[in-house]
Amino acid sequence: MSIKTGVPLLLSGNEAVAYGALAAGAKFYGGYPITPSTEIAEVMAAELPRIGGKFIQMEDEIASLGAVIGASIAGLKSFTATSGPGFSLMQEHIGFAAMAEVPCVIVDVMRGGPSTGLPTKTSQSDVMQAKYGSHGDYPSIAIAPSSVMECFTLTVKAFNLSEKYRIPVIILSDEIVGHMREKVILPGPDEIEVIDRMQPEVPPEWYQHYADTITGVSPMANFGEGYRFHITGLTHDVSGFPTERSDETTALLEKFRNKENHNTHDLLMVDEFCMEDADFCIVAYGSVGRSARQAVKMLRQEGVKAGMIRPQILWPFPKFPVENMLERVSHVLVPEMNVGQLRKEVERLACMPRGMIQGLNVLDPSFITAEQIHDKAMEMISKQK
Amino acid sequence: MVPNQQLLSKSPAVHNWLRVKKKFPHLWCPGCGDGIVLSSAILALDSLEYDKNDVVMVSGIGCAGRIPVYVDCNTLHTTHGRALTFATGIKLAKPHLKVMVFMGDGDALAIGGNHYIHAARRNIDLTVVVVNNNIYGMTGGQVSPTTPLSMKATTAIYGCIEQPFDPCELARSAGATFVARSTVYHVRHTEDMIRKGLEHKGFSLIEIISNCHTSYGRMNKLGDHITMIKHMRDNSVMIGPQLDQEKAQAEGKYILGVLHQDTSRPELCELYEEINKRGGTQ
Repeated sequence: MSIKTGVPLLLSGNEAVAYGALAAGAKFYGGYPITPSTEIAEVMAAELPRIGGKFIQMEDEIASLGAVIGASIAGLKSFTATSGPGFSLMQEHIGFAAMAEVPCVIVDVMRGGPSTGLPTKTSQSDVMQAKYGSHGDYPSIAIAPSSVMECFTLTVKAFNLSEKYRIPVIILSDEIVGHMREKVILPGPDEIEVIDRMQPEVPPEWYQHYADTITGVSPMANFGEGYRFHITGLTHDVSGFPTERSDETTALLEKFRNKENHNTHDLLMVDEFCMEDADFCIVAYGSVGRSARQAVKMLRQEGVKAGMIRPQILWPFPKFPVENMLERVSHVLVPEMNVGQLRKEVERLACMPRGMIQGLNVLDPSFITAEQIHDKAMEMISKQK
Repeated sequence: MVPNQQLLSKSPAVHNWLRVKKKFPHLWCPGCGDGIVLSSAILALDSLEYDKNDVVMVSGIGCAGRIPVYVDCNTLHTTHGRALTFATGIKLAKPHLKVMVFMGDGDALAIGGNHYIHAARRNIDLTVVVVNNNIYGMTGGQVSPTTPLSMKATTAIYGCIEQPFDPCELARSAGATFVARSTVYHVRHTEDMIRKGLEHKGFSLIEIISNCHTSYGRMNKLGDHITMIKHMRDNSVMIGPQLDQEKAQAEGKYILGVLHQDTSRPELCELYEEINKRGGTQ
């Protein structure tokens, strides 16, 4: 990595994602230019050739993720970065990567939508697409960084989870996080945990690409290393060949579901702020989490016992901490730069009276400020009185 | 009847390269040309003495997309039209692998048209076999980008009114450095074209004219598979200095052979290796 570690640097979120990917061992990037994610491609185009890796600009985002999956099947840690319109195009291959259990990372630097929308303005409106964007039932992991440092550390985390669970992992950054600059001190290679995909320990003739294991994750051989096997987007059996047998098709979808259900603690990453005695909880993520933190401080100064839950892993949704919080607090506010995509997820877990969970949904292309969150919170409290 | 000695002597190769115990019977209609393409590809690979561990077969969706599943090598059955994108990633990641791509005409030229021209433009070392049966076979006979004018399909019941693509011309003008055509009648020639494509360093396109008597033949009253394959025999000419190409085209003949080869253009992975060797210096 041609960037210094252990010393203060001024980096943008997008640059930090790129260096995080390199620190995690990324060797392949396939992408297509799109605002506001392009800086990630530009850093990778410069850095990958220096370390023997490969960068390619493909003809569209469908092709980008296709090349990324191909390179990952051949054994390289691979990723791509895009924004809303490109993320929509990638859904086809996100489904393929989930079905074929190919590790890869997709960075979505969210911008205003739908369609071409607001290319240079921020948004959080891809939250549900990150979970349900491709057809069929498949497991999803999505990670939402809210600072430049998190862009680095959570990108490493994304690669690790992807390799560990053989699953596409989505980084839901946004225009503000991607383009803001902050002082960071990057950790050296010794300070970073890097996980590589589990390799098979059986001879090739015994190898099953989708073997059923206790952990729900099968060891993965790479193409060209003596293990000859078949990969398909069709529903397949443990050896990878297409099947329509009901016991085998059910087992495959169960296996996908178990990746989430059997690993809830490993897939839980939540930042809790002032939640010990909180009676008013703000659930926020990504760039809005920064304003929410400030709003909690302002509310506390006025005597409101406010706290914040900030999911860093957004999908799977952090069910247990949120359920636990819902039993303790009297109000929940979910500020989001969309019409309430994550609020509905909170509401699903709640048994609270109507109006106790509210959203602050800012749809203009500006930012949600701490003052807006503070004022909304005060309004909710005063209405109850 | 005396068995064909040449075929017999070659059958161990086919047997060796097939997933004999795992994957048969195959799913193609009796008489389908896909099996001929499969055996030709295997014979070509075997004659070049490639290691099965170094061969990757990638395919898209459709009847031709099922070719790799029967072959005992590294096989990847991808999404509709996108096989070339996956193949591009594999080849860049491990340039020593021999990467073959199998697609049908709809797969390669309709939904995959963009990837087709860009892979050819890049001159990445892929051996691409397009099995052209002028129809969407797997979905039951819909019009494709190579369905000739006035021919019928379930979605062109009054006859096709769209100008078809010529896969070879398209690849050549997009920058492919090896372009060849054969038919499933010309079995040994098909094998030879695939072999030459595999030996060529760069993007190789081999179009193989095939028969879909089940859909295309039935709808257009072209007869059974044997009649359709005989039609290929009677309407093909080999390219050569003596051939009047314009006249042959005007007569609706298939022009077979190596239509284009350019060994002067560098291949993408080789260019990339040079950048890697320079270690990122300008």
